[in-house]
Amino acid sequence: MARLREVAVIGAGMTVFASRLMETGKELAWEAAKQALDEAGLSLEDVDAVVLGTAPDAFDGIHKKGENLLDGAGGANRPYMRVYTGGGTAVMAPIAGWWHVASGLFDIVLVVCEEKMSSARPHAQSVFAHIWDPILDRPLKPNLVWIFAMEMQRYMHVYNVKKEDIALVSVKNKRNAVDHPCAQLADPKITVEDVLNSEPMALPVRRLDISPPSDGASALVLASLDVARELVPDRIVTIDGVGWCIDTTMWTNRDLAFPKFLARAAQQAYRMAGIKDPAKEIHVAEPYDPFNYKELQHMEGLLLCEPGEAAKLTREGVTQRDGRLPVCPSGGLLGVGNPIAATLGIKVGEIYWQLARKAGKRQVKNDPVTGVAQAWGDLMQFSSVIVLRRR
Amino acid sequence: MTMLERIRKPTEIKHWLGHMETGGYHYTAGLAGERFFTALRDEGRILGARCERCGIVYVPPRIYCERCFTELNEFVDVGLRGRVRSFTIARIDKDGNRLERPEIRALISFGEDTTALLHLLGEVEPEEVHIGMEVEAQLKPREEREGRITDIRYFKPVG
Amino acid sequence: MITEPRGRKLSKEEFAQVPHVTAQPRARYAWSAGPAMSRFLEELKRGKIIARRCNRCGRVLVPPRMFCERCFRPTDEWVYLPGTGVVETFSVSYIDTNANRIEEPILVGVIALDGACEHCGLMHYFGEVSPERIHIGMPVEPVWKPESEREGAITDIKYFRPRREEDRQ
Repeated sequence: MARLREVAVIGAGMTVFASRLMETGKELAWEAAKQALDEAGLSLEDVDAVVLGTAPDAFDGIHKKGENLLDGAGGANRPYMRVYTGGGTAVMAPIAGWWHVASGLFDIVLVVCEEKMSSARPHAQSVFAHIWDPILDRPLKPNLVWIFAMEMQRYMHVYNVKKEDIALVSVKNKRNAVDHPCAQLADPKITVEDVLNSEPMALPVRRLDISPPSDGASALVLASLDVARELVPDRIVTIDGVGWCIDTTMWTNRDLAFPKFLARAAQQAYRMAGIKDPAKEIHVAEPYDPFNYKELQHMEGLLLCEPGEAAKLTREGVTQRDGRLPVCPSGGLLGVGNPIAATLGIKVGEIYWQLARKAGKRQVKNDPVTGVAQAWGDLMQFSSVIVLRRR
Repeated sequence: MTMLERIRKPTEIKHWLGHMETGGYHYTAGLAGERFFTALRDEGRILGARCERCGIVYVPPRIYCERCFTELNEFVDVGLRGRVRSFTIARIDKDGNRLERPEIRALISFGEDTTALLHLLGEVEPEEVHIGMEVEAQLKPREEREGRITDIRYFKPVG
Repeated sequence: MITEPRGRKLSKEEFAQVPHVTAQPRARYAWSAGPAMSRFLEELKRGKIIARRCNRCGRVLVPPRMFCERCFRPTDEWVYLPGTGVVETFSVSYIDTNANRIEEPILVGVIALDGACEHCGLMHYFGEVSPERIHIGMPVEPVWKPESEREGAITDIKYFRPRREEDRQ
């Protein structure tokens, strides 16, 4: 492999996540990007290139959304590209930002992710209808929740995972979110019974198993290690591993219980980072949790434990903020909200803030040095993984 | 070896009809847009936002300067008069049908250093339009204004 | 560290009242079904399920395709499947396609078809079975619409029902 430069994260920002925000997509992008630049102590003219991540045009209802957002994302008159891998964008956009710096082409790169799901009427779900195959699936009038319900069913069956243990994830994350200033769905009092008794959607999925759509934006500032050492010598957090992978198009042909494509992406990232035993060497994790069972399945796909074992770790409190391996200390998508690509802020952004000791009340207790963030998207097929380390 | 079997009849290949339509979209005007459209509707004024550092005036206004990223809070009244920066004469509509009367679409700037606003020209023949032509916004009466860009009917030449 | 995040929340009422624009897109399509799906749909009209085999990896692929995505070569033969299969996974849905609540749940899932490669299946409805009885691994068979009602669509199959009497409702 060619010699690549080391890349650091030197700033992050995010807006509030909410079901309806007044700002246009561009204004949201600017709010998050400005905050990230302020944290890095930089201004827009210092930025060499911009990477914008945003999921389907169909949510915001503007074709070529990447171009529409560009001025708010700082892209005017700069090298600019859009990254789109569905829900995987939250980690894929920073990975693309990493390519920009690691390659030696640019020293300082701004990564901005935005989503405005409130524009689609009557709700974002009607846009999801078009993700299905027009000939095989749409004539059956499906609802997107069906896919997750079917995957959850298979996962529970193959690994004998109980709904009570899955519900613990909603409880943990919605309570963790109380300490996140941007959270949409924090609930300090939520219990397992609340989750188990919540309104049935497509069983086994119930309302409190799902994160709702949101509006929001997040941003990161990436810099070469040399630049980072000058700007933020007291908090060097580097990107040490990246990986991404996708499964097949036909989701009805896949093994739904274990995400092999995620394990492959994780192995790529761990190999780069020199990690041989992720279960021991990862200190804090932000796997993608649009549904509570996904946190468990993704922990296993990230090789943080054996397949089927994540439920046990959750039950034993290992994944709490004061546990041995805190998982989703931000509150995750379940607690903070799900503006698709903009979840960058609670995945990669959170790991960066945790390693930089800037997570405030959410700071985990185990003094983490190495963290992993992961995102997942498309028709359940794609995953992106990033490993960060504090130097 | 070819991937396609020999297709004997073109009608053997089927088409599947469908759409990608939703229940529609609801676009909020945003923080800057709210102020711009409220001023247009309630006061009949066109606002812009000036970036002191870069010397640009954005019309319509924005809450940030795209060049230096400074937050722009002070909006200014740019008046109702501007000049044609560029224009086009449309003789067909967006579906390709002939228009009864040609429509003149123009980029109108409100000064040397402003961005341009896209709108219609009216009460002018296509042959008379020229770059640099001075024009003035013709607003709908107050009771007909809704807080939309169409609260301006069109721009017409002055002088 | 974020202390005062930006973002102005709107209630449902405010959302409808603040300056905004609404629009309804028009986006109509005539998708080409391609050689594989065209034949698949033809066969559905005849009351049959057809698949394609890749002779290199030996997988029988359903839905059929003219190329094997693993071997990255054209597939070789058409193969009829018996239509029977096993429940790979399922869901009992109380929401319809527009997210409206429904009283009578829809039973839907993936059927791993007999004769096709591992995990290869189709999504479809389940019928003649109760939500309590349906389970992963349950053997199923297709129930077809009468020939005169079939159009060459996935809905030419009404649903899959249990093969065993004791599973049927």
